[in-house]
Amino acid sequence: MLTSRTFLKRTRAGAVMKVVREHYLREDIACGAAACEQCGQQAGEPRLEAQPSGAASSLCPAPHYLLPDTNVLLHQVDILEDPVITNVIVLQTVLQEVRKRSAPVYKRIRDVISNPEKHFYSFTNEHHRETYIEQEQGETSNDRNDKAIRVAAKWYDEHLKKINNEETIQVILLTNDRNNKEKAVEEGLTAYTCEEYIKSLIANPDLVDRLACVSDEGKEIESGRIIFSEHLPLSKLQQGIKSGIYFQGTFRANRDNYLEATVWVHGDAEENKEIIIQGLKYLNRAVHEDLVAVELLAKDQWVAPSSVVLQDEGQNEVDDENEEEKENTLKSSVNKNMLRPSGRVVGIIKRNWRPFCGMLSKSQIKEARRHLFTPADRRIPRIRIETRQASTLEGQRIIVAIDGWPRNSRYPNGHFVKNLGTAGDKETETEVLLLEHDVPHQPFSQAVLSFLPKMPWSITEEDMKFREDLRYLCVCSVDPPGCTDIDDALHCRELENGNLEVGVHIADVSHFIRPGNALDQESAKRGTTVYLCEKRIDMVPELLSSNLCSLRSNVDRFAFSCIWEMNPNAEILKTRFTKSVINSKASLTYAEAQMRIDSASMKDDITTSLRGLNKLAKILKKRRIDNGALTLSSPEVRFHIDSETHDPIDLQTKELKETNSMVEEFMLLANISVAKKIHEEFSEYALLRKHPAPPPSNYDILVKAAKSKVSFNILE
Amino acid sequence: MAGLELLSDEGYRVDGRRAGELRKVRARMGVFAQADGSAYIEQGNTKALAVVYGPHEMRGSRSKALHDRALVNCQYSMATFSTGERKRRPHGDRKSSEMTLHLKQTFEAAILTQLYPRSQIDIYVQILQADGGNYCACVNAATLATIDAGIPMRDYVCASSAGFIEDTPLADLNYVEEAAGGPQVALALLPKSDQIALLEMNSRLHEDHLEQVMEAASKACKDVYAVLDQVVRDHVHEVTTLLGE
Repeated sequence: MLTSRTFLKRTRAGAVMKVVREHYLREDIACGAAACEQCGQQAGEPRLEAQPSGAASSLCPAPHYLLPDTNVLLHQVDILEDPVITNVIVLQTVLQEVRKRSAPVYKRIRDVISNPEKHFYSFTNEHHRETYIEQEQGETSNDRNDKAIRVAAKWYDEHLKKINNEETIQVILLTNDRNNKEKAVEEGLTAYTCEEYIKSLIANPDLVDRLACVSDEGKEIESGRIIFSEHLPLSKLQQGIKSGIYFQGTFRANRDNYLEATVWVHGDAEENKEIIIQGLKYLNRAVHEDLVAVELLAKDQWVAPSSVVLQDEGQNEVDDENEEEKENTLKSSVNKNMLRPSGRVVGIIKRNWRPFCGMLSKSQIKEARRHLFTPADRRIPRIRIETRQASTLEGQRIIVAIDGWPRNSRYPNGHFVKNLGTAGDKETETEVLLLEHDVPHQPFSQAVLSFLPKMPWSITEEDMKFREDLRYLCVCSVDPPGCTDIDDALHCRELENGNLEVGVHIADVSHFIRPGNALDQESAKRGTTVYLCEKRIDMVPELLSSNLCSLRSNVDRFAFSCIWEMNPNAEILKTRFTKSVINSKASLTYAEAQMRIDSASMKDDITTSLRGLNKLAKILKKRRIDNGALTLSSPEVRFHIDSETHDPIDLQTKELKETNSMVEEFMLLANISVAKKIHEEFSEYALLRKHPAPPPSNYDILVKAAKSKVSFNILE
Repeated sequence: MAGLELLSDEGYRVDGRRAGELRKVRARMGVFAQADGSAYIEQGNTKALAVVYGPHEMRGSRSKALHDRALVNCQYSMATFSTGERKRRPHGDRKSSEMTLHLKQTFEAAILTQLYPRSQIDIYVQILQADGGNYCACVNAATLATIDAGIPMRDYVCASSAGFIEDTPLADLNYVEEAAGGPQVALALLPKSDQIALLEMNSRLHEDHLEQVMEAASKACKDVYAVLDQVVRDHVHEVTTLLGE
């Protein structure tokens, strides 16, 4: 069946255009229920279980599928992600609206849908013949979508009744919209608000805490005192920014003083780059990293950056006198020269909220359900959450997400997301560190692992066709002790004409990771391997990083080789690059390599090779330093780990041996040669990176500190 | 802002089709009495009208006549009301001239021109409503009109477009999908012999994917063929019953 959608659209130039689009309605869209015999199941397994095994609910003891509406999905995605919630029908209408309104939530719900254990099914109701509805005259698209959701729920209800089963499966519409719910009940549907349903889950009371408290009309009036001035709407902000009344910038809270923040104004303007905001009222509910609009205060109200350390410790909401007192202490010690442009936040352009790690500070009142949460990052304000399991959460590291910050509330409202574990625990604290620094550390997904080569892996004829066989060379690797991901190896030998042949061999990861596949994307997302005290978070799965792409000794490995012919003065005569197969003869540590070089008795191939490399490296290094190379020392540290408890007990900076600089020197040389080659071959696409001179403003803080401490002038 | 999702994870396109499905095709032959042959076709919201005159003796400059075959003269035009914003010139702009040339090449390959030396065949097509795949609709309409005119052809010429979005070849693109700017292939095929009358591609497509896209396009062409063939048979049936009375 065919219908068409017609709507009017305003083009960018301002003209009104009529758009006509076809809209096909189908009869072959399956309902996704496993027990259903009417719908010919198409691709893949049916997603919804025949006997829904979700959590038992006291509201509806019968088996049921859930059908959330858009707002439930948007705000309660934390709950939907919980393993307890299964068998959910996600309508296309809902998905499309979510996609329009929040990309991160959309991504999360897509991930949930693709997880077969969750039994989520996305039903394409907009193209189903019986569930498509037209927008009526005068109906807003929101109302139309609500209606579409109800129609789809109704269809499911009737459709599932036709299944021959002793117990019919119910469909429960979850909606937080009162109007929508009433209408649904009128039409004979079972509808609950998300809260009602979650509270009715018998075995899982802890889920209630994860409900996001979205401001209902009821909650707004609760405490009438308004603390903050209203945020201006976006259109007004944009107008203001255009006309120069407001400044747009990133809000950076002060780490040491919760009543102060600076806003870094975007753009190239020289003056007013950095605006100081002082006092709770002027901060006006902005949170660290938000994009805000700021209004500049009159010059006589300008303030100086404070030098007091203030931590937010209040427990009640009614200690405003206290607050004012604190604010006054900020203003007392003012030096006229230190006054800086000051302002106040008038509106938020974009919130940058993420889930925050931290601790619960339990309310003193024993039965209280509202508690304050103190984030690990001191720049984030404390968050009020509602929970009944405060006593169990005490002393735990938890994750909390902010839901909103009403005008009458001293703290933002949030909800509990996840318990990470006991504070002080090694694993918990590691997790906190990783989360706070945004390091992706989940185990690799099945999709990623599917791109790994099958074991046992061996080199085939096909591979050899395009590779040079360098297995006869006496290659060795030099790395820190305990290193399992050996990515580079070296060799050096004397040629008949008296010159030296030097080779750097880098593990050929590109052979195993093809561009664009899930493995490549995941590695690109991670970007680097993160080394922690006792564990390592790999950028690529372990099979590759410490086996197939690790140039271990006495096994054949693929490499990308850069081979030079040099004279004894370390001048490059010839350079060539090749894909190769190598067989490392030894994987040494820096100390071992050093020992071999120094020892008078050893005269084997590896040792002569190392000696040759070392000699060349010294010449190369000297030449580099003479050419004005800069050496920045960033010492690597090593942990001493207690052999019993696996706790780190001591920290040691690594001492640098000659061999460290030897390896470094040849890696640099290889990079230089590769860069030259790229520049020669692809001059149009080669990126040449250069450090610009640092702007003097970067030193402002240092200069100031030096002045105040030792009255010491650092000149520009 | 999230752009339009051209192919959902469930495998449906913006208008509800699956990747390999055509839009609804409706066609009629013999819509005008004056012309030697005529046809009207709708492929979804793309609507085209084709008229064929000839073969007749050369009109205009006689010098253009070919001594061993007929000259195929084409004209492509778009009605001023065919697009969302009103067009200024119905034909003669660069795009239309290019399309004219393509049509000419297509039909020179399909019509048995050597049967009519020193004569001329005129094919006029007009797009009444444009919603993607204009070239394809024109070719299909012109094929029907040529058949209606009784001009011998090697085979039907069936055309369809194909695109490539999110690693999936899509058949018969509509305007929204075309406007997204992905790669697009237009293929005119002689379905029985699998010979290609014309192949055109826009934008860039990796060589590895070409085969898939071509397969999708030729499958779509054969689907079009089935529909066109049915239209011709119905039309012939209708005409013969009328004559029989």
